[in-house]
Amino acid sequence: MNLWPLLGVALVVAGFALRLNPLMVVVAAGLATGLFAGLAPDEVLRLLGEGVLRNRYLLLFVLTLPVIGLLERSGLREHAQATIAKLRAVTAGRLLIAYLALRQLMSMLGLTNIAGHAQTVRPLIAPMAEAAAERATGALPPRTRGRLLGLVAGTDNVGLFFGEDVFVAFGAVLLMQGFLESNGIVVEPIRIALWGLPTAIAAFAIHGFRLWRLDARLRREAEAERAESERP
Amino acid sequence: MKPLYLLIGALLVAVAWHVGRDPSHPRRWASGAFWALLALLFVGGDAIGPLGAGVIAVALAALAGAGRVVRGPAREEPAAQRAESAARLGHRLFGPALAIPAATVLLVLALKRATWGGRPLLEPQIQTLWALALACLLAGGLALRLTRRGPPDGVHAARDLLEAIGWAGVLPLMLAALGTVFAAAGVGDLLARGVSAVIPVQSAFACVVAYAVGMAAFTMLMGNAFAAFPVMTAGVGLPLLVKLHGADPASMVAIGMLSGYCGTLLTPMAANFNVVPAALLELKDPHGVIRAQAPTGIVLLAVNVLLMYVIVFR
Repeated sequence: MNLWPLLGVALVVAGFALRLNPLMVVVAAGLATGLFAGLAPDEVLRLLGEGVLRNRYLLLFVLTLPVIGLLERSGLREHAQATIAKLRAVTAGRLLIAYLALRQLMSMLGLTNIAGHAQTVRPLIAPMAEAAAERATGALPPRTRGRLLGLVAGTDNVGLFFGEDVFVAFGAVLLMQGFLESNGIVVEPIRIALWGLPTAIAAFAIHGFRLWRLDARLRREAEAERAESERP
Repeated sequence: MKPLYLLIGALLVAVAWHVGRDPSHPRRWASGAFWALLALLFVGGDAIGPLGAGVIAVALAALAGAGRVVRGPAREEPAAQRAESAARLGHRLFGPALAIPAATVLLVLALKRATWGGRPLLEPQIQTLWALALACLLAGGLALRLTRRGPPDGVHAARDLLEAIGWAGVLPLMLAALGTVFAAAGVGDLLARGVSAVIPVQSAFACVVAYAVGMAAFTMLMGNAFAAFPVMTAGVGLPLLVKLHGADPASMVAIGMLSGYCGTLLTPMAANFNVVPAALLELKDPHGVIRAQAPTGIVLLAVNVLLMYVIVFR
């Protein structure tokens, strides 16, 4: 058994750990894996190129950028912030819990592309969460702000991932059903989808609990960071 | 898909052109070349062929690895002007932004019904992609009308955002290509065989842990739960849990896949979910999104192990 291709995996882990440029690490690991598996250099390049060409749809998000960019230049983020700043009942935690629920429900209905990091997180939800947090705690110091924005993006991911598998026509459900069938096990896709529900509920409970405590946490962290920066 | 690729390619060509001609850009030649090469994958993809695309991939990685792909000076409107425009346009600014998701949904529904000579107009797999692209064009038109600007302003706005994301935007594409190479080299089978060799297979709980945690760990390495699923299920799930311990396959694969998703929350290899947004939100910490979602991912993985143990043997 040829164990050498595993070195490609080790290269990826080492490259990320050493904080080398990820794009370079990934392509280098691809070349190394192919060569270690005994392929000729041009075969490896061809394999890599095939993978690139087949997955070009991953750059579709680029088409949202002119729209978002134009609106941002005309004050979309400022307006999103001003709108939220007027609503006293909205805190960063509550806003994100509502977004998590909405995102999860939409994904369960198969509406996965309705939101996303480029479409909704950067232009709308991130500035809104920031405005809500700043109304409660005052201007956010940089590290606290970075942590809040990271959590906004993370909330979008959690909502997407743990909603979509409950949707029957979603690719993952059909992939699982097809895989079982090719191994001689016939199940209805709806059974696979429904068994995704317990995890979906657990995901909402766990992440929702963290968001519920977010407002207090932001206040604490912002105070600590301000105190730290005032120390000589 | 070809018209969509040409559209993306055209935008990338325009970005490359502006970057290359910008004398105030610190690395205009290298950065311009990066976006131009990327544009070539979309404009001339089928003509270049797999070998050409592979060579371009290596060139892109070399430019990014050498630190030559950097951001030019942003040309944002002054804050006062943006605030004034925000006050003037008000809630109408939300219109084009919300038109993207709303039109996407309507177009998906419409394209599902659209037929041409008795056959669906578009293959089901690409209907959503077309819907999203068309929705972007529609929203773009609305945004131009609302803000009273021309298409060149749209290109400039897109350039600033794309340069802020930088090479991270191309990472998902390269990771997908890496997955192709991993699959061809049989990396997955090797790892699955390793897992089943080291666990005590007589314990049903140990097998549940191996399958669920294995899915997460494997997803972290491959960056994609779909890539980990067939390998782990064929290597651990079916032989050990279903055949040896009599687990219910439908619930096992459902919770197994979602355990993989917990891994997706924890890895920079899932770049489009974890690295691109960090760049898009201009976070200082490139792993800021992963750090924020790690507690959720780890606790949920533990819950998944328990759920799987209780549910599949019920």
